[in-house]
Amino acid sequence: MKITMSREEMLGKRRKLALPELLAPAGNLEKLKFAIRYGADAVYIGGQRYGLRSNADNFSFEEMREGVAFARQHGAKVFVATNIYAHNEDLPGLHDYLSELDRIGIDAIIVADPAIIETAKRAAPSVELHLSTQQSTLNWQAVRFWKDEGVSRVVLAREASMREIEEIKEHVAIEIEVFIHGAMCSSYSGRCVLSNHFTDRDSNRGGCCQSCRWKYDLFVSEEELLTESYSAQLTAEGEDPFTMSSKDMCMIEHIPALIRSGVDSFKIEGRMKSIHYVATVVNAYRQAIDSYMRDPFGYELKQEWLEEIGKAANRPVSTGFFFEEPDHDDHIYTPEDKPQAYDFAGLVMDYDAASGMAVIEQRNHFKPGQEVEFIGPDGTHFKQIVGDIYDTEGQPLDAARHPLQLIRMHVDHPVMKFDMMRKKLN
Amino acid sequence: MSDNQASVAFRKPELSISAGSLEEVKLYIEAGADAVMVGDLTYAERLPGSMTVSDIAEAVKLAHGQQARVYVVVNKIFDHDLLPGLGDYLQSLQECGVDAVIFGDPAVLMAVKDRSLGLNLHWTAEMTTTNYMTANYWANKGSSRTILARELNMEEIAEFKRGANHEIQIQVHGMTNIYHSKRKLVKHYLTHRGKKLTPEYQQDGKILYLVEKERPDERCPIIENENGTHIMSSDDICTIECLDELMELGIDAFYIEGLLKSLEYNMTVLRVYREAIDTYAADPAGYEFRDEWLDAIHELQDPGRELTFGFLFKEQVY
Repeated sequence: MKITMSREEMLGKRRKLALPELLAPAGNLEKLKFAIRYGADAVYIGGQRYGLRSNADNFSFEEMREGVAFARQHGAKVFVATNIYAHNEDLPGLHDYLSELDRIGIDAIIVADPAIIETAKRAAPSVELHLSTQQSTLNWQAVRFWKDEGVSRVVLAREASMREIEEIKEHVAIEIEVFIHGAMCSSYSGRCVLSNHFTDRDSNRGGCCQSCRWKYDLFVSEEELLTESYSAQLTAEGEDPFTMSSKDMCMIEHIPALIRSGVDSFKIEGRMKSIHYVATVVNAYRQAIDSYMRDPFGYELKQEWLEEIGKAANRPVSTGFFFEEPDHDDHIYTPEDKPQAYDFAGLVMDYDAASGMAVIEQRNHFKPGQEVEFIGPDGTHFKQIVGDIYDTEGQPLDAARHPLQLIRMHVDHPVMKFDMMRKKLN
Repeated sequence: MSDNQASVAFRKPELSISAGSLEEVKLYIEAGADAVMVGDLTYAERLPGSMTVSDIAEAVKLAHGQQARVYVVVNKIFDHDLLPGLGDYLQSLQECGVDAVIFGDPAVLMAVKDRSLGLNLHWTAEMTTTNYMTANYWANKGSSRTILARELNMEEIAEFKRGANHEIQIQVHGMTNIYHSKRKLVKHYLTHRGKKLTPEYQQDGKILYLVEKERPDERCPIIENENGTHIMSSDDICTIECLDELMELGIDAFYIEGLLKSLEYNMTVLRVYREAIDTYAADPAGYEFRDEWLDAIHELQDPGRELTFGFLFKEQVY
């Protein structure tokens, strides 16, 4: 698809294009390294407390140190999500926790609760404050308020439209971050306690059990429901039930518009997602962003970026509120998860150009005769059929069965360390 | 009424309720409300009805004549379509002499500041108002009262009160909002099914209910309007049996949610809580809960909606 700019866009908007930050999720240290190797300018992680993914691996302080050291070597930044809405019992220990983040050299915390903002100003003066999307900030006056409070970046509500984003950029000189890819709350972020009410799990402290994706019936009845039965049911047997489940966000087709809007940071959701997912999605956006910045007028959306994202994602996608209010096409009524098309099979650990042999660390079962694909951050991208495979002793194998087992095999084109090998699933 | 020592020492909590019309304002004050929450639905969510500025001015006159207060709910999450009118609206509320504006979006604070308005402010961010330090932060920005999240237990409320340097308000009765989306989810669903949201579903006196497949007894009202979709709790909070415990904590204000309830129901609830508060204030030590209070509410309670203590005695995990 050729992107053509309107005359108005070419003449009217003389804003110099700035390279946005590509911000990726990192559920653990290994994912952090992959996100950065595959093109993330910054990663966000969760610590042992105050984050919204209580089920994720989450980083110890020691792992954070290692992550920060790795990021520094690669010119990348590390942000820590501390975006719960704290209860009183969460306040003790907060100061020490934030101080430790400061000592570790964390670049910014992502924060929603002013109690945490105020504590961080004292406890972690060299850590930047990024206002979380949990604050559901949708207007420039609110952005101005947070700027005055010393916040250096605002992550806008997912309900913000492109027009609103541009207006906010025009009104307030502050960094703006938006979600461009991944799962979305269908509610205003933070304004949902379905989990609390259905399961006694506190959604705003990381206990969300995704009640919005459950199946529901709808009934109509009198205001005072004095009978056991309902007068009308809007849902019907054999029909798709009602749900609040949103499609995932995907803005890969709209990178030029996003860059022109002046958004400073493009955020990918998914601290719970796999290495393969994070690396693949980051890779696609990295290529799109770099391609546009190199030559805005010659930019073309490449089909392979869309295909790559399709190979990692397992939910249908939409563009959320960016262009118009979501309608029925932006929700998931039919069985939600389309089967995952590809799986991470192995990681390239070594390659010998002379023999064309690679050493692959097994990540999922694969065997000779199977079609695989190699992808890498430097643009490696080819398919081949797996030939004979050997263990490190040179013994032939009928299949790569064991996680992290090192396998030697011939590759059809040159590969590099940390390229990924994926296999197609049936 | 003769003052005894206890009533001098004990400051009665304010009793308030949301109202959707001048008629409701009048009747609720007669039934014992010290304050009413009203507003124009252009700038507010989940009120029982919308009132214009001139209605609000009338309500203020009426209330002030009876030593009652009028708080105006301005609890929208503001987008740019709505922002331009906010300053004028707040200005006119000040001119009406309203007793406070209830806000959640910092845009309201900025508008008040930009116009140097002298409005009294109460802060609520619904389910995200969960600790006293954050409440004190907003107090420092000019709010004189914090309205607590409903998802807090007795212990948390007690600690909140001890830590807060300003007034706190809790909800003591009625339903609560548990989900708010900007999306029009019912309309989208019906479109998906090839149906239209016909007036049949939107008639006065009809309510749409959301019921999870595995929880057939929990019926959550689901309200769709121009502002999106609101899901309400399947139960009604009712704290009349432990109101003395809440009064012992020294909480400043008790709120009754009037949404989706009949006038008769709300007036009965007000009378009951009024009597309980006055009884306690007259003699805290001798206070005893009366079964007739709960019976009066039960008599009008929708049997499809359980009366519960909300989260008062719950322990949540995460």
